[in-house]
Amino acid sequence: MIELTELTKTYGSSTVLDGVSLRIERGGVTSIIGPNGAGKSTMLTIIGRLLASDGGRVTVDGMDVDRAPGREFAKRLSILRQENQFTTRLTVRDLVRFGRYPHSQGRLTAEDHAQVEAALGFLDLVPLAGRFLDELSGGQRQRAYVAMVLCQDTDYVLLDEPLNNLDMKHAVSMMRQIRRAADSLGKTVVVVIHDINFASAYSDRIIAMREGRVAYSGTPAEIMTSEVLLDVFDLEVRVEEVGGARIGVYYR
Amino acid sequence: MAATTPATAPGTRQQNRGPGARGYLAAAAAGAAVLALSVVSLFVGASDITPARLVGDPDARELFLLSRVPRTLALLLAGAAMSVAGLIMQMLTQNRFVEPSTAGTVQSASLGILLVTILFPGAPLPVKMTAACVAALLGTLLFLGVLRRVALKSSLIVPLVGIMLGAVISAVTTFFALRYGLLQTLGTWESGDFSGIMRGRYEQLWLVGIMALTAYLVADRLTVAGLGRDIAVSIGLNYRAVVALGVGIVAMVSGVVVSVVGTLPFLGLIVPNLVSMVVGDHVRKGVPWVCLLGGGILVLCDIVSRVIRQPFEIPVGTVLGVVGAAVFLVMLLRRRNVG
Amino acid sequence: MSAEQDVRPEQGEEQARGPRRLGPRTVPAWARIAALAALAVLCAALYLTYGVSGNVAYVVERRTTVVLTMLVVAFAGAVSTVLFHTVTDNRILTPSIMGMEALFVLVQTCLVFVFGIAGLSALPPVAAFLSQTALMVVFALLLFQRMFTGGIGSLHLTLLVGIVFGVLFNSLSRLMQRLLDPNEYDALQGRLFARLTRADADLLPWVAVAVVLVGIYVWRRHRLLDVVSLGRETAVNLGVDHRRVAVRMLMIVALLVSVSTALVGPMTFFGFMAATLAYQVAGRHEHRYVLPTAFLVGLCTLVGGQFVLEHVLGHAGTLSVVIEFTGGALFLYFLLRKAAR
Repeated sequence: MIELTELTKTYGSSTVLDGVSLRIERGGVTSIIGPNGAGKSTMLTIIGRLLASDGGRVTVDGMDVDRAPGREFAKRLSILRQENQFTTRLTVRDLVRFGRYPHSQGRLTAEDHAQVEAALGFLDLVPLAGRFLDELSGGQRQRAYVAMVLCQDTDYVLLDEPLNNLDMKHAVSMMRQIRRAADSLGKTVVVVIHDINFASAYSDRIIAMREGRVAYSGTPAEIMTSEVLLDVFDLEVRVEEVGGARIGVYYR
Repeated sequence: MAATTPATAPGTRQQNRGPGARGYLAAAAAGAAVLALSVVSLFVGASDITPARLVGDPDARELFLLSRVPRTLALLLAGAAMSVAGLIMQMLTQNRFVEPSTAGTVQSASLGILLVTILFPGAPLPVKMTAACVAALLGTLLFLGVLRRVALKSSLIVPLVGIMLGAVISAVTTFFALRYGLLQTLGTWESGDFSGIMRGRYEQLWLVGIMALTAYLVADRLTVAGLGRDIAVSIGLNYRAVVALGVGIVAMVSGVVVSVVGTLPFLGLIVPNLVSMVVGDHVRKGVPWVCLLGGGILVLCDIVSRVIRQPFEIPVGTVLGVVGAAVFLVMLLRRRNVG
Repeated sequence: MSAEQDVRPEQGEEQARGPRRLGPRTVPAWARIAALAALAVLCAALYLTYGVSGNVAYVVERRTTVVLTMLVVAFAGAVSTVLFHTVTDNRILTPSIMGMEALFVLVQTCLVFVFGIAGLSALPPVAAFLSQTALMVVFALLLFQRMFTGGIGSLHLTLLVGIVFGVLFNSLSRLMQRLLDPNEYDALQGRLFARLTRADADLLPWVAVAVVLVGIYVWRRHRLLDVVSLGRETAVNLGVDHRRVAVRMLMIVALLVSVSTALVGPMTFFGFMAATLAYQVAGRHEHRYVLPTAFLVGLCTLVGGQFVLEHVLGHAGTLSVVIEFTGGALFLYFLLRKAAR
């Protein structure tokens, strides 16, 4: 369980997180939605201990994020940020192998290698494994990063806008793989996502943020209503039931 | 600087003010300050010359006219012209951090003088000066040519490219200087120094004064060029001609100043930026201020360099290097807070 | 999935023209390192023995000192630059370009300024060297910590700030040197403007020990460095205490820069050249290949360059200037290539 207590973060005079308290239970996919500047990515980054908070605390299975030893924590929770630009030229397999670093400190065992191949297989990356990252398309590269994070074999996986720069087809396949990671591998996945309809169709829980606070939290059915979405996004959204998922229509 | 004056939006302030009474008052005050500095500069030095002795003692008067007056004049001329050269380069590259010593211009001028010294060891000053100007021109054109190939015109990559270009050119210069045993000679014009200035050895600097005046005459065209090629051309400006003229002025000023007194680093960077904060970027309004401030700062640095280690003198270029680099750093780091 | 095939065409072509020609993986990295090592040995042998006549023992001894100096300098320049690249997660910034050599000169000048040459000479050279290095590390930490942790912002701003810091340090040194007594000024000049071929031989054994210890320390952490080179966020995600590693590596960088500058004076672009060529030559990203490759490339450049300049072209003493020129041009090329995208 991830637990946030009175979490705050300010940049200069602007408050990005304003006393957020929240629990994310184990298992399933949790989506975080909200308008730009609501503090979604900041919150995720603090949970992933890439950024220090200004107040409050975050615990993961009772471990305090600030004080947990880095290596142990890295076996429990992994995070993938939006922009990943490496100066080193890596192949896909090289990158995925780094996911085993918390477990083996770079000396890979037979079991580690098996895990690497499993992660490559899980994301359909086997044919690309020897390719350099800068030779791949955006969607392929994004899958490679996700494979690294999965290879880390943590209970919790945090993904910051994993659909960024993906076309429709790749976005759908990414969401399917995330769903599958939760269902068949038993991961707890938390994603920050812009597209409310993807959140609705693929997650078990949705957290809606606004102005540095959690405005709503609940199942897709509870969040995907015109009233809630109007309140969160300041936008009239018509919600319809399409193919078993609640879809918001807001284009005109 | 920016904190003490509401200079963040100089354009908007400028329109409603115009050259009103306050403007003239400020100009008068600045002029008086530079005048006062110049007077101090006239009476500071190794031999003891006071205004009283000037009246009574003909020897003192002779010395005064032979060395003190030329020195102060040279400082004012060189300071003003280098600052104007910086202003022009900033207009042409649309970049606040460019000036002759961050664009390879000054380094090219040094290389030019060195090559002439090697090829024609006894060449008189005008020949060296011409070589310096030609080399400065080529160096500046090279810099602009390189810039044209840079797609990403981030304001920081431009001075980076210029500084690196300068470093590479300097390496060539040092190589030849080492090869021909001219390292010491090279040192004399690498750091600007006015201690050797006297009557008969500074008059070339009037040329750069004329260049500064020329810049003032074509100020409006330079301002438009500073808005970028697209706007300039669509307004109907002969952009190429203005760039050619601007580059010519910059090369000539740099070449002459380097060959007569040596390098005056960062002057062209600091002065136009300070002026721009107060009066904005209109060249015609800016040039008089740039001249005044440039001359004033150089005279002040020269006084410091004469006083700090009496009876020895420190090259003013060395003092300027410290002051200039410090101001440049403040500008860079302050920019971060704004952006 | 057909998407597997949608390799970006422009990058694919670049690939075909670029490193692919050699085949990044066709020649194994260890074979490349062995070839470089052989080349370095060949250069050294040529340099040591070429045209030896007269007092053979003296000439060979003198040249051996030069080669040993170059060994240390190549190690210091190459390793410090690679470490700096790794920790800052970029391949443009180098310690020298960021003004650390200039900082060393400034620290030296300050020490002479405060204690005088006599006072400084009274100290045993090793103690003097260590105290200078310590001061240098402290200054470097104060100055560069923010840059290391990305506190300054964009890469170009960091780079420009570093360069201007270097200019400021140089100007300050020059100013303070001018304020010195002329005798002290001369003595200091002698200390600061050492050349590759005229290094302080007494310092060499001590420096060699320091360099070997540093080498062992770094080598034992090559896997950690692989992770750090992925950038702070990825490294933290993989359980690395990035801050601690960065500070320690910065201290090592400061030590190596001090060593190199004390021995042979500033060489701004040497490290950049060695590291940049090494990335191309090694064809691999792992530090266990990159570090030795960079060291050997640096060594070949120094010894081979000295051999060519001294015995073929007859320009002894200009090697550092030639490196300055080629390294500077290479740097400019990389800067423009990055900016042209």
